Amino acid sequence: MGEIVQEEKRQKGEKKRPRKSGTHIDMTPMVDLMALLLTFFMLTTAFSKPKVMIITMPEKTDKQQDQPKIAATRTLNIILGDSDKVYYFMGVADPNKPLPTLIKTDFSKDGIRKVLLQKNKDLFIKIAEYREARLIGKIAVADTTAESYIKKLKADDNVGPIILIKAVDKAKYKDVVAIVDEMAITNIASYAIVDLSKTEMEMLKLAPR
Amino acid sequence: MPKIKSTARSPHIDMTPMVDLFTLLLTFFLLTATFLPIEPAQITIPSSISEKMTPDNNLITIFISPDAKIFFNFDNGKDTSFHHRANLLKAMGIQYGMTFTPDQLKRFASSGTFGLPMQDVSKWLDMKNPKDGEKMQTGIPMDSLNNQLAWWIRMARTVNNYAEVAIKADGNVEFPLIKKVLDLVQTNGVNRFNFITTYQKEEVGLKDLVQ
Repeated sequence: MGEIVQEEKRQKGEKKRPRKSGTHIDMTPMVDLMALLLTFFMLTTAFSKPKVMIITMPEKTDKQQDQPKIAATRTLNIILGDSDKVYYFMGVADPNKPLPTLIKTDFSKDGIRKVLLQKNKDLFIKIAEYREARLIGKIAVADTTAESYIKKLKADDNVGPIILIKAVDKAKYKDVVAIVDEMAITNIASYAIVDLSKTEMEMLKLAPR
Repeated sequence: MPKIKSTARSPHIDMTPMVDLFTLLLTFFLLTATFLPIEPAQITIPSSISEKMTPDNNLITIFISPDAKIFFNFDNGKDTSFHHRANLLKAMGIQYGMTFTPDQLKRFASSGTFGLPMQDVSKWLDMKNPKDGEKMQTGIPMDSLNNQLAWWIRMARTVNNYAEVAIKADGNVEFPLIKKVLDLVQTNGVNRFNFITTYQKEEVGLKDLVQ
């Protein structure tokens, strides 16, 4: 294309310049850049959608309903404190009996996740094995079938821990999101976000800082 | 038979068609790229392992900024012929005894996230300069005596009962405020919430179990 322009100029009788041998413009850098920009736009428009984490809260009823009787041995209470503190204790906090001690932990791999994995070992193994079998191809089912199977495994589980998540007034939103995320990571079958009771507030005063 | 010698020449590939195609594709993607909607406040959302995408439409989004201001967004549904946003504004107008001109309704229908007391909405919609409009966005009141957020949510659900509720809150917001918003939404019959989070992968497998 550079050559055509030069010929026209000569015909118009403008400045006579020595005719250069046809300039070959190397298009490679331009094509490189275009390929890069193209890939960039293709990928970023697809990934700009934010993700969501689904949380289902228990229904609110006006009448004071008793909490369904759950075995105190299966209950694991997680209390979220301020500045990323996490406490937990097993069972129910009964004001008439000696209060259980709060155990302090954190959000690291060896913190609350380890505790949850220990308590939920059976269900976690079942679900992890199913997922791995799907991954290596031993079981070939659609994604929706797999999801409903895992849901069923969780619904049928009656040995795993039941988690009650409570947060103090100063607890941050990201801590709540993190703990619900841990529920998903450790495949906990049932958990709920509930209010902190007075007994538990007393327990927090005695808790390790 | 004489051997056919093929002369070995360096092939000159004419790149023009390829560059043409690239230009075309690039222009296409540049034009169809949607800009991130202008949000009224800088929010740093927490992360989770969830990979589910946010629903495109039929969504009520409640934004909570780090300074506890609440903003609201509502989309027009799958098809702009539903006029969900315009209907929402009309319904809120009836509730608070205000009427809106067709121009104001049109402006509202094409705007995005907003957060200001009902009394200022008319003035905000009439503003020519979007920058001044930003200054007016001080959040939707949620005090017990003047719970405008409750009405926004209720009217939004009435206008479009397929709408899901999404919460986009800054990580450092105190949880009781979020709980208050969740309780409010639950009184309107929604128990399933979408918390908008960024994706962060956490691989936990059988090997992580300490036997």
